Amino acid sequence: MKIDRQVAQALKQHAESTYPHEAVGILAGRAADDEVLLTVPLNNEHQQAHNRYQVNPLAQWQAETDLEAKGLDVLGYYHSHPDHPSQYSETDRKLALPNVNYVIVSVQKGKAHTVQNWRLREDRSAMDEQPFIETVKPTEEKT
Amino acid sequence: MSITINIPSALRPYVQGQSTLEAQGETVAQALSFAETQHPDLSKHLRDEHGNLRGFVNIFIGQDDIRHLNGEQSAVSSGDALTIVPAIAGGRS
Repeated sequence: MKIDRQVAQALKQHAESTYPHEAVGILAGRAADDEVLLTVPLNNEHQQAHNRYQVNPLAQWQAETDLEAKGLDVLGYYHSHPDHPSQYSETDRKLALPNVNYVIVSVQKGKAHTVQNWRLREDRSAMDEQPFIETVKPTEEKT
Repeated sequence: MSITINIPSALRPYVQGQSTLEAQGETVAQALSFAETQHPDLSKHLRDEHGNLRGFVNIFIGQDDIRHLNGEQSAVSSGDALTIVPAIAGGRS
């Protein structure tokens, strides 16, 4: 999966802004291009937000419906792991679905560190790392 | 009775890419069963090994969570929309 560098930066800034709590949001873009064009930050409502995340499902559904109305596809979701690696956890695996990307940002002492992209296997046994490629728009390269 | 089922992105590959399905039934269970019979691969991710809806799978009738109604035995009427929302949830531990 590709992601515009500026969009990736916004994602990391969101992850830093919620530290020491976990950030969460939607990755939207064009499925045909496998490229994230937009991130939609969501509110983490979990009571243990330092190590868990949970989103109001109706708010989530509304956000996804709004994106699709704009012609965008939901490519996946992101969340952060404060002071923890960007490796997926067993909780992440159990609550995941295949066919979408789960991007995890490790935030160390308030600063975004590593970013990894995971997808659940069809048999739900594990998640496999997928590409997460930051791209630069041609106009951005000139500056 | 025709019930519309809204399908989330992650599950659309199991229903030939459709974002909505039309189902028959008088309860949520019957409507879901109708859809799962036509699209058997849905069940693997909707339900656990005991056939129960997975804990992170939310089902709404309109705006109402079936957990606050009568679960899968909640009644549905023609024209109702069921929405499947797999919770965005997880975390480092």
